[in-house]
Amino acid sequence: MLLDRLYRIISSVRLAIVCLAMGFVLVFWGTLAQVTMGLYKAQNDFFRSFFIYWEPSWADIRIPIFPGGYLVGGVLLINLIAAHTRYYKPGKKKIGIMLIHAGIVLLLVGQFLTDVLSSESTLHLRIGETKNYSEAGRSFELAVVDITDGEMSKVVAIPEHALATKKEIKHPGLPFVLRPKAFYLNSDLTTKQESGFERVPATQGVGTGVWWRERPRETVMDRRDMPSGVLELTSPQGALGTWLVSGHLMNTQEFTHDGRKYQIGLRLTRFYKPFSIHLIEFNHDRYPGTEIPKNFSSRVRIMRPDTGEDREVLIYMNNPLRYWGETYYQASFDTDDQGSVLQVVRNPSWLTPYFSCVLVSIGLFWQFMAHLIPFLKRRIAT
Amino acid sequence: MAAWVVSTLRSNTKSELNTDDFGRLPVLLNGRIQPFDSVARNSLLQIRARQTVHGELDSGPYKMSATEWLLEVMTDPEKADDRKIFRIDNLEVQGLLELPDGQKYYSFNQIKPKFDALTHEAQRVQKIESAQRTVFEAQVMKLYNVATLYQRLRISLKPPQSEDPAAELAAHQEAITPGIAAVRARQAGQEFDVQSLEKVLAFMNEYDVVSRFALPLIIPPATPGASDEDWQNMGSGALASLKSGTIAEPVLFYGAMASAYRNADAQAFNRAVADYRDWLGASYQAQLKKGREEFFFSRLEPFYKATVIYVLAFVLVCVSWFTGSELLRRCGFHLVVFGFIIHTIGLVFRMYLEARPPVTNLYSSAIFIGWGAAALGLVLEKIYKDGIGCVVAAFVGFVTQIIAHNLALGGDTMEMMRAVLDTNFWLATHVITITLGYSAMFVAGFLAILYIIRGVFSRTLNEASSKALARMVYGIVCFAMFFSFIGTVLGGIWADQSWGRFWGWDPKENGALLIVIWVAIILHARWGGLIKERGLMNLAIFGNVVTAFSWFGVNMLGIGLHSYGFMDAAFKWLMLFTASQICLILLGSLPLAMWKSFQQPVATNDPVRSRP
Repeated sequence: MLLDRLYRIISSVRLAIVCLAMGFVLVFWGTLAQVTMGLYKAQNDFFRSFFIYWEPSWADIRIPIFPGGYLVGGVLLINLIAAHTRYYKPGKKKIGIMLIHAGIVLLLVGQFLTDVLSSESTLHLRIGETKNYSEAGRSFELAVVDITDGEMSKVVAIPEHALATKKEIKHPGLPFVLRPKAFYLNSDLTTKQESGFERVPATQGVGTGVWWRERPRETVMDRRDMPSGVLELTSPQGALGTWLVSGHLMNTQEFTHDGRKYQIGLRLTRFYKPFSIHLIEFNHDRYPGTEIPKNFSSRVRIMRPDTGEDREVLIYMNNPLRYWGETYYQASFDTDDQGSVLQVVRNPSWLTPYFSCVLVSIGLFWQFMAHLIPFLKRRIAT
Repeated sequence: MAAWVVSTLRSNTKSELNTDDFGRLPVLLNGRIQPFDSVARNSLLQIRARQTVHGELDSGPYKMSATEWLLEVMTDPEKADDRKIFRIDNLEVQGLLELPDGQKYYSFNQIKPKFDALTHEAQRVQKIESAQRTVFEAQVMKLYNVATLYQRLRISLKPPQSEDPAAELAAHQEAITPGIAAVRARQAGQEFDVQSLEKVLAFMNEYDVVSRFALPLIIPPATPGASDEDWQNMGSGALASLKSGTIAEPVLFYGAMASAYRNADAQAFNRAVADYRDWLGASYQAQLKKGREEFFFSRLEPFYKATVIYVLAFVLVCVSWFTGSELLRRCGFHLVVFGFIIHTIGLVFRMYLEARPPVTNLYSSAIFIGWGAAALGLVLEKIYKDGIGCVVAAFVGFVTQIIAHNLALGGDTMEMMRAVLDTNFWLATHVITITLGYSAMFVAGFLAILYIIRGVFSRTLNEASSKALARMVYGIVCFAMFFSFIGTVLGGIWADQSWGRFWGWDPKENGALLIVIWVAIILHARWGGLIKERGLMNLAIFGNVVTAFSWFGVNMLGIGLHSYGFMDAAFKWLMLFTASQICLILLGSLPLAMWKSFQQPVATNDPVRSRP
């Protein structure tokens, strides 16, 4: 009885309208919120969440005040499926509606999968440079590299959130223990004493003459956090000292331990690939007599040792390279036009919108014609 | 009507000087070949917000075309400096320049004394992000930019001090060979002719300024078939003679035109224009044709004319409603068809000139929304024959043209497409479908407004006519669903193709999504029986607000509270529009007892069922 009522509510058109109305408010609110909080934070708070929270400044609590994108989308999905099981009738009349809603289900599921499964990184190449990895846009990792044996360097990478917990890190590949003494997910560094800055408690490397301060996390899409931390390295023989590592530092710091040479530093998280990409040429075309960009293009060479592949590809606006389950887009360039930035996207469900678009288009067209043709016939008859 | 449209194509200049033919000459500006006429019109639009100049000098009142004005600026700037063409509305800016108030337009000579103050202020404002600028700062920047544009135009055809460029160029032609010989001799440490050297140096000095600041690139490449990159401005064209040993012919032709126009020597001017055109005919046929065609398009002013016709048609059909005259309704219908034909000709001509699909920027989206709405209205009229379709077509057509006109004040509306937009495939699919969706939303919204105004203020809305209107709105909303949804998904696919994500919750994307959700709400509420006729109408009117937000509002986001930048006027209008639509919805929500229509009991005995 109760289940029956619940089923009727869940499959009702009223619930669909409630969800759509909530979605409408959510999208509008989320769009306006971007002005103050930036696209990145608005995306996470409004659309990639189950609830929108209100965080009063006077208390350390989060009060859910409105359903977020996942909740609205999820309920809508359940409603759609329930309604179709309840009202399903075979026949020509309903095909259009079925197709439209199947397409929307596919779209919603596909977007959820994209949110969960896809990853983005960037590949920055100067002309003539070759890389076999892309880098994360926002997250950093601590890299400790054993460079004693020249070419065959051994890398141990530790994600920044492991450092942020400030717990001791032991790694089988390292003969010493890392202990984060302090770690800021976003920070400023300076080489002079300034108000608001504290002296970095480092005893080794470049960090000894540096002041720092914590900064609030960035919420704008095109700006990233710059983490900094101070690490203490301890071997069974005793302490080696403390080092400053920071996203602000361009170069890694070297030290020797037990006769082996190491480099230590924070860098953007790297994603290694079984092939390398070499930038042959970058072009920034402008319209004659103006500075209006006409096209950006990168001619790259893909070299993959395990398959022997070695070929050239031209990547340009609206024409990405799809390779190894990833897509490489022309995203940006260096101001001197001597380097190119490719956006690297891995999204296993990238095809779902295409199918969904086809399904919904056919459905809408079918439905539209199913109404229009009899209507016109009646009109002509009278 | 047709006679009026054709009659305006004739030249209206009374002068002997063939400025029309000059206006047709091709030049390169903003990355594209365009006629001088377009350079003149677009510059004037930015400076004066009009395409013609009129006013009063000491010698009496005058009226001149854009090309005549440009010719004067380029050949006789001292005279042009007195014409009041700079539109300055902001009182603070007037104060900064110590201008007499109570005027709308000011001359360059009035601005000049305080130009340093303007420059100083503009340099400060330049460092502020445009979204953060106050109204005053935005206006300072705007005036600074148009004043710079004006100053560059002033030296686009001749050096600032030059009195008779034709004679000076002829003299230089004679002086090149001895001059270059003198330069070589001096470099080699031999004896050289000081006078020859000085002549060449003086010429270099004069044209150096021109080469650095002259705006349109008017000299075609020396080798025909070279890329558009090789067009030069007057200065670079003249200086090239020092390398080649002779002055390129286009430079001489333009020099002759400049001198002749300055001296009002019609015969010489017309001959120089004709000679240059013949010269271009040999290897620049395509460019010449482009100039001629765009000139014709600007002179035709199809969108302006369509607007006038729409207004007339609107009035006719409205009158036909009050008088019940079928003849007037038919006249109105034929006028809308005529306006629509002119509108279509303009649209297709523009596509041909640009070699692009119809919608390439905000300006052309307004043109196209009006076109789509007019087409839908005509289809409705064809089916229902009650004048409603005509009124919708004429009204939406007219309003969108007004919006387009105001958007055109930014300058060249046929600007080149920035890299990611440089794709005819996506412009033709995504942009067209989404814009047709906008058209349909506005048509549905306007039909709903008609329903409510008619119902509240007149007794003419009965069961049959209200049902017919409801069917129209429902049908058009379905149409809007079709195009908005497909347009939005195509937009996602374009985004996936060009930067790797189908959906990024970017304001423009959200705007499109809002329309889709809103239409889905309307349709589901209708199917679920939650709304009846009036509910449908009210939701359709709110659809106008949603569409306007999606079309314009999202472009205004990121704007601080204290400043709306260049969009300030548009923002005000958007708010007014929203308020008006909400008033209409409130009107539509009045209890039926307060409506003038639906008062008499209708055929059926069941009062509940007969009430919409």
